[in-house]
Amino acid sequence: MSEHPDQGELTAQARPAGAGEVIGTRQGAFGAHGSGDTSGFGGLNQVVEFAPPSAKPYGSWFDTAVDVLEEVLADQGITDAIEKVNVDRGELTLFIRRERLVAVAQALRDDPDLRFELSLGVNGVHYPQDAGRELHAVYHLMSVTHDRRWLRLEVAVPDDDPHLPSLVGVYPTQDWHERETYDMFGIQFDGHPALTRILMPTDWVGHPQRKDYPLGGIDVQFKGATVPPADQRRSYS
Amino acid sequence: MTTGYLAPQPDAELDGTEYVAGGGDWKDIADEVARRKEERVVVNMGPQHPSTHGVLRLVLEMDGETVTETRVGVGFLHTGIEKTMEYRTWVQGSALATRMDYVASIMNEGAYVLAVEKLAGVTDQIPERAQILRVLMMELARISSHLVALGSAGNELGGTTLMTIAFREREQILRFFEMVTGQRMNNAYLRPGGVAQDLPDGALDFLKRVYPSMVRGLNDFDNMIMANPIWKLRTVGIAELNLAGCMALGITGPMVRATGLPLDLRKDAPYSGYENYDFEVCTADTADAYGRYLVRSNEMRESMKIVAQCIDKLEALGPAPVMIEDPALAWPAKLSVGPDGQGQAPEHVKEIMSGSMESLIHHFKLVTEGFRVPPGQAFHAIEHAKGMYGVHVVSDGGTRPYRVHMREPSYNNLQAMSVLCDGGTISDVVVALASIDPVMGGVDR
Repeated sequence: MSEHPDQGELTAQARPAGAGEVIGTRQGAFGAHGSGDTSGFGGLNQVVEFAPPSAKPYGSWFDTAVDVLEEVLADQGITDAIEKVNVDRGELTLFIRRERLVAVAQALRDDPDLRFELSLGVNGVHYPQDAGRELHAVYHLMSVTHDRRWLRLEVAVPDDDPHLPSLVGVYPTQDWHERETYDMFGIQFDGHPALTRILMPTDWVGHPQRKDYPLGGIDVQFKGATVPPADQRRSYS
Repeated sequence: MTTGYLAPQPDAELDGTEYVAGGGDWKDIADEVARRKEERVVVNMGPQHPSTHGVLRLVLEMDGETVTETRVGVGFLHTGIEKTMEYRTWVQGSALATRMDYVASIMNEGAYVLAVEKLAGVTDQIPERAQILRVLMMELARISSHLVALGSAGNELGGTTLMTIAFREREQILRFFEMVTGQRMNNAYLRPGGVAQDLPDGALDFLKRVYPSMVRGLNDFDNMIMANPIWKLRTVGIAELNLAGCMALGITGPMVRATGLPLDLRKDAPYSGYENYDFEVCTADTADAYGRYLVRSNEMRESMKIVAQCIDKLEALGPAPVMIEDPALAWPAKLSVGPDGQGQAPEHVKEIMSGSMESLIHHFKLVTEGFRVPPGQAFHAIEHAKGMYGVHVVSDGGTRPYRVHMREPSYNNLQAMSVLCDGGTISDVVVALASIDPVMGGVDR
């Protein structure tokens, strides 16, 4: 390393590994696995991670909003609601502990300085490699009162205990959105009035948007030939 | 002898109640009605009813003519588009997004590409001509979508003429789409980085030629329905939902604007340069089906104003790039109409086949592998013809999306059905549904 001062500088500038949320690793560059490496990139190992938590000041209106939210929650005796704050690409993401989700949503909706009264639904994302935090529920809330600003709440739950409190009581519009997320990811929204499948048939087995959901392959008409499922086809890494 | 598949199978593993799917809740409802011997009828409307805008199932519990309970069944058109997107490149995603709400296809592409560009951090690098073309196409799509909403609503109320007039004007827009993109619907014209190609020769002239007749047609249409006593009898005071109800149910688009709130992201959070256009946000204060149609009808004429401004801007700007300059993202191929009516631009083919090996490699890599988007997530919402259309995209740094989710306004707004219909008559169910203007391709995705 000392022979190459340039390289040393590059390493120093790089983000320390493990600072962000690691969602996977990537090997090689061209997607050829299991055969001889002719590309020279086969030894390439990259850790895929999201941007690390942000520190104050966040910029824009984000500081005021987070301060007000913390204050409102502290008045209720809640100090551990926000796991971390992430500002990336000009968007504010609050990671919320699931026990505190309803209190946070209620505060965001009702406090006159926050007033995020329009919920844009919930969406699931499945990160199988993120041990103990495999299933994420992502909420987008918009304030009609304050300038149409919006923020994102993210709640992570483990795969073996995929329970979240339902937000239907705070935002009635969450009804179908939570049903869809249950249908697609198997996240259980406790307290939802009728958490049933909505897009898939009622007797369907499995939750199709999960990364471990098996995809079917299609038999083609040529003798003995099959097209492998989309997730097993050769692809670029 | 009761053997075979009908016989209950003893199962030592089985514990508790066994639920069997088949027939669903329909038999339970019928049994309950028979048991109570009430004047109560359950009407199963759809999923193949012509006025349910595609495959939507409504289970209506009736007391005489009055609807006492409305239940909505969706999912008949679920095709897993979001899942499919995870196995296609970022560019191919545009061709999938377009198939969701197929009545306003180009707007779905718009929301998708804007979210992808935000995720890739190239939002401010999109060339001006591409921005104008996007606005032009999205506004034409809005008019086309509103025409279908109004025309099919008229048809469902028995006025076939309304539909023929609406579809006549829509036809001009689809002709223009076909000229520019090659297809009438499902265009895949907006791509991450810009648009697929510039306007072909004569397309702008065609638009300018049909423009006056379209404005006249839209005015005729407005005159024909908005003061029409039959239309007013069917829509005024029907399917009311006030602002508080809209906020609670997350209703956006013409429905919320009909309550008087000028919630329009084109003004509030401008994208694609909407801040440079002169137009009004249309509202009404009746909060009923009539108000929603009034908003749509006025909105179409405001959109025509934007279209006129787009034409002026395109002519003033002259020839300019329509795809981002960054070669790491820009689609390398150029299209042109060859002697056979289709194909690649001969200059580009010449360059990659006999000019430069590097160009060929670059073309091949970008087209087959695609570009990479840095890890992270982004959300972008646009003002779709049906309401607020939000796209949440997640990337793991690869050449394909890790997760794409569309917050579809039709899907969300359909939740209002029971609020709109309960307590009304069955004939108003059709009006209520048409005033939401759901498109099942978008609802079920």
